[in-house]
Amino acid sequence: MYEELLSTTVKELKPSGIRKFFDLANTKEGVISLGVGEPDFATPWSICESAIYSIKTKKTHYTANAGLLPLRQEICKYLKRNFSLDYDPQTNCIVTVGGSEAIDIALRTIINPGDEVILLQPCYVAYEPTVLLAGGVPVFIELKSENEFKLTAQMLENAITDKTKAIILNFPSNPTGGVMTYEDYIPLIPIIKKHQLVVLSDEIYAELSYDEKHCSPANFDEIKDLVILVSGFSKAFAMTGWRLGYVMANETFTKQMLKVHQYIIMSAPTAAQFGAIEGLKHGQKYVDEMVEQYKLRRNFIVNGFNKIGLPTHLPHGAFYIFPCIKSTGLTSLEFCEKLLDEQNVACVPGSAFGEAGEGFIRVSYAYSIEEIKAALEKIEIFMRKFQ
Amino acid sequence: MEDRVLLSLLEKNARRSVTDLAAILNESEENVLNMMTQLEKDKVINGYHTVINWDKTNVDHVTAVIDVSCIPERDNGYDRIASMIYAYPEVDTMYLMSGKTEFLVIVSGKTMQEIANFVGSKLATVENVTGTTTNFILKQYKSGGIVFDQIDDDEDDRMIVTP
Repeated sequence: MYEELLSTTVKELKPSGIRKFFDLANTKEGVISLGVGEPDFATPWSICESAIYSIKTKKTHYTANAGLLPLRQEICKYLKRNFSLDYDPQTNCIVTVGGSEAIDIALRTIINPGDEVILLQPCYVAYEPTVLLAGGVPVFIELKSENEFKLTAQMLENAITDKTKAIILNFPSNPTGGVMTYEDYIPLIPIIKKHQLVVLSDEIYAELSYDEKHCSPANFDEIKDLVILVSGFSKAFAMTGWRLGYVMANETFTKQMLKVHQYIIMSAPTAAQFGAIEGLKHGQKYVDEMVEQYKLRRNFIVNGFNKIGLPTHLPHGAFYIFPCIKSTGLTSLEFCEKLLDEQNVACVPGSAFGEAGEGFIRVSYAYSIEEIKAALEKIEIFMRKFQ
Repeated sequence: MEDRVLLSLLEKNARRSVTDLAAILNESEENVLNMMTQLEKDKVINGYHTVINWDKTNVDHVTAVIDVSCIPERDNGYDRIASMIYAYPEVDTMYLMSGKTEFLVIVSGKTMQEIANFVGSKLATVENVTGTTTNFILKQYKSGGIVFDQIDDDEDDRMIVTP
C-alpha cells in the first residue's frame, strides 16, 4: 500500500548488503563478530569530559553553521601538523554530522542531473546511493587484488567520459585496507587536472596508516582546489556515536556546500564539537596508542588467516583485512552465511561492497587480540572441510 | 622490533603465548623467546604478576601505604636504610620520594593488627628512621591499569555488523 506515493529514486535504491547480513546475524545468539566497522575503543575520557563540561556550563545552543570557529581552527592546525595540508578555518572548512553528511553535501553541491561520478569498487556502501540521491550516475572501476586495490592511471583514463564530473576516493579503504602512497598518486594527477575532475576524497581512516605516512590528493598543489577532503572524528578518535566530521574545500565549493548544510542540518551537535576541540588539542597521544594497537592486531589477524589457508594481503591502512575465499568454491555470501550458521562467526561478504568484492570477505580487526583469537579458532575449524 | 612494544604487550598480559606474541609482532617465535630471555637476564623484566582484587576473595588481606621519614647517612645516603626496610617480606613495594617524607612503603598483611605490629616493632625501630604515618587502604578502584568492579562498561554494545 502507498507504494505509488514513494519517490522512484528512493524506491529503486538497493537495500545495503550489510543490512541484509546484519538482520541474519542478529537472529542468532552468542555470535562472535568480526563484522563491525567502528573502533572497539571507548572515546578518550578527556574528550568525554570536555563535552560533559560544555553541557554543564550550558553550551547547549546551535553553533555557527560551519561549526565553532575554535574547532575549525584546531582542525586546520591538525591537518597542517599531521598531513602538511594548508586550509583556512574561515573559508575552507565546514563541520558536519559525521563524514557521511560531508559526502552528501559535497555530492549535492557539485552534481547536475546526469553527471557521472566514478566509484572504485569494492567500496564503502554509501557512495553509490548518495550519488544516485544527488541525481548523479555512478560509473565503476573495479580495483584488483593483485594491485593491492590501488587505482592506476590506465583504469582512471578508461573510465572518464565527457560526462564525468567527479571521482570518489577512499584511502585507506573500507573494505580492503588498501592505501595510495604519494608515488601511487603521481601518475593520476595530470589526468585529474586535464579533465578537471572533482576529487571527493574520503580520508576518514587517514590516521590508521601503518606503514607509510598518509598521503592526500590535496597534497598535490596542482589539483588541490579540485579536491574536496572529507574526514572526521569517528575512526581516529573513536567517536562514531558522536556523529562529527568535516569537509575541506576551496571557497567556491564551501560557500555552496554551506547552503546545503545550513538548510538541512543547521549545525553539528554542540557538545560533540566541544569534545572534538579537546581531542585535537590534547588527544594525539591516545590516537597514537590506538593506532599502535590496531597495527599489532593487524599483524596477528593476517598471520592467522594466512595460516588457516585464506590468502590475505597485509593491508597498510584502516582496520579491515580482505581475505580471498575463492579456494572454497563458495560465493562470499555463501561463505559468510555458512560460517555464521556453523561456527557463529560473523564476517561481511565482499559482494556487499560491489561486484568487485565477490570472492572476498571483509574482516574487521577492531577487536581485542583475545576476541580475534577466539574467532580465528572457529574459522579454522570451519575451513577444515575445504582442505 | 622495539623492546618497548613487546614489553607493553607483556605488561598488559603476561600470560600471552610466545606463538601469539610472534604473530602480533610479525616475528619468529625464536626471536620473541630470545628477546624475552635477554630482557629477563638484563633485569628489565623482573617478574610476571597477577592483578588480584582481594576484596572478592574470602582471604583476609589488608594493605597499607606508609610514609617513612628518616635521617640520611653520611656515607650511604638513603640506600642502606632502604635496604633494612625492603628486606622484610611484608614490604611489597618501596620508593624513595620527593616531598615531605623520604620513603613510601607499601605493606600487605592479613589484618590491620598484623600491619600495626610490623610498623611498631620492625619498621619504626630501623636505625635512623624518625617517623611513620600509616594509611590503610579502604578500597582499591584501579590497579596496573585495570579498573576493578567495572559496571558493565566492558560490554561490547556495538551492533554485530556495521558498514
